[in-house]
Amino acid sequence: MQIYLPIADIPVNVFLVLAMGLAVGFISGMFGVGGGFLMTPLLIFIGVQPAVAVASVTTHVAASSFSGAIAYWRRRAIDVTLALTLLAGGIVGSAGGVALFTWLRALDQLDLMIGLSYVTLLSVVGVLMVGESARAIIRRRQGKPVELRRPGSHAWFHGLPLKLRFKRSKVYVSAIPVLAIGFIIGFLGAVMGVGGGFLLVPMLIYLMRVPTATVIGTSMVLTFLTMVSAMVLHAATNHLVDAVLALILMVGGVIGAQFGAHAGQRIRGEWLRLLLGLLVLAVGMRFAFQLVLRPDDLYSIRLIGGAP
Amino acid sequence: MSCRRILVTTLAIAALLAGAAPAAAERLVASLTNHHVMITSNYTGVELVLFGSVERDAAGAARSGSYDIVATVIGPRESLRTRRKQRVLGIWVNTAARTFVDPPSYLAVLANRPLDAITSADNRRKLQLGIADTPLPEEINNDIGEVSNDPFRAALVRLMRERGLYSEEANAVTFLTPTLFRASISLPAQVPIGNYTVDVKLFADGNLIAHTDSAFEIVKVGFEQFVVDAARDHGLLYGLATALMALLTGWIASIAFRRD
Repeated sequence: MQIYLPIADIPVNVFLVLAMGLAVGFISGMFGVGGGFLMTPLLIFIGVQPAVAVASVTTHVAASSFSGAIAYWRRRAIDVTLALTLLAGGIVGSAGGVALFTWLRALDQLDLMIGLSYVTLLSVVGVLMVGESARAIIRRRQGKPVELRRPGSHAWFHGLPLKLRFKRSKVYVSAIPVLAIGFIIGFLGAVMGVGGGFLLVPMLIYLMRVPTATVIGTSMVLTFLTMVSAMVLHAATNHLVDAVLALILMVGGVIGAQFGAHAGQRIRGEWLRLLLGLLVLAVGMRFAFQLVLRPDDLYSIRLIGGAP
Repeated sequence: MSCRRILVTTLAIAALLAGAAPAAAERLVASLTNHHVMITSNYTGVELVLFGSVERDAAGAARSGSYDIVATVIGPRESLRTRRKQRVLGIWVNTAARTFVDPPSYLAVLANRPLDAITSADNRRKLQLGIADTPLPEEINNDIGEVSNDPFRAALVRLMRERGLYSEEANAVTFLTPTLFRASISLPAQVPIGNYTVDVKLFADGNLIAHTDSAFEIVKVGFEQFVVDAARDHGLLYGLATALMALLTGWIASIAFRRD
């Protein structure tokens, strides 16, 4: 069944988009990430303009992370103080990201920038995650304790002022690196159409030493809040959010996320991280090939003045 | 009425007749099946039919050769940028771009046989007949002009053809009788909305002998138009409403799937 998307200006198959929403929702529920890093490339692949894809996916990620956050809230696995501190940085970052997005689009370099950011981020994060989780799996096989929490190992930013106590996460750190992480996540979210969960989760675990138990729920809350702010900003400045596309995606997404969350609880943490790392790496490689291989057509056209 | 005025009027009519067509023996009548194409949620492209007939008087009836029809459909004009990628440090980057000033966003040239068989190259250029002879002016150093043998122009035409937005078909016009013809105009799914003009030209023995024009409009209606208007005119409200929609969807899902 075909349906015409009013902002993207193309007809799409409802069931195809719904299936994409379900699949990405499943993954996002399973790993506690928004799934934007998968959904945006998929939409571009079926013919949605990159700018509309980025702007509309924010809505989908907002919905699926909201339903995820509610589930974690019931399990009391959310650190509200941490989420709000991250959010303060995140909103500033989103505004900066939307501004850069608008500017790059005018320079004909938006697609390149989206491609480059995907390759860099996904490859780095993917490699780090795969490496770390593989080591954890090997340690477990050898019968050693998996969780190597070294209380003495403090990085330089742990000594910064403005210390805050994040009770539920049982950490006591400076607010400055937390705000900075929030800023980076918000910024990338607006430029790349990703919630940033795949970045936030490892950053909180490895840099801030937040326990895995509260990381995913907290990341979902932050993802949800930054995505809502990025989406409203995109709608107000670039007029590129396709509500019809977003609705189909989010209906699939939230249903998928519920099943994903249940599946995720049956898998061990390090295996989950290994799988997510491999997935992230695969998407990064896909973008890298696209940048490096000679394109089928060296020419492309773009309407001036943006989508109607 | 003075003699002088009658003379002037007669001269004016004579000049008009001489100027309008080399031989005003035929009249061309054409109409479209539909003047309003509505884009609704199940729109996936549409086909319009152009009907027409050649009405001839005694002088026209004496013509020996057959008629040729060329119909040109032009969509709303929108400026475009054509960009070319080049390898920079191993990756492919848009390095060069040209701005085309108001080219047609849709251009279909429909004829009953190849254009070069219908009329001379000179005539085609003069009448801007066919894609090759349609002017596509570019911005060149704050000036606007045509660039001959331009690879960017060729790329624009090729990309538009691939999307079904530009087409030139030598067999799209069919003569049902020697004077009655029909042509189908196919509008692809991603057709731009706006006003379209249809210009129909009648040729005989390589000469333009009559022309007529028609028009149609492609509009988004109902919900589609509402969404577009809302997104454009009330961006912030639209964004907030979409956010609310996301919240509701997420909340409903968490209620519906609650298992604990």
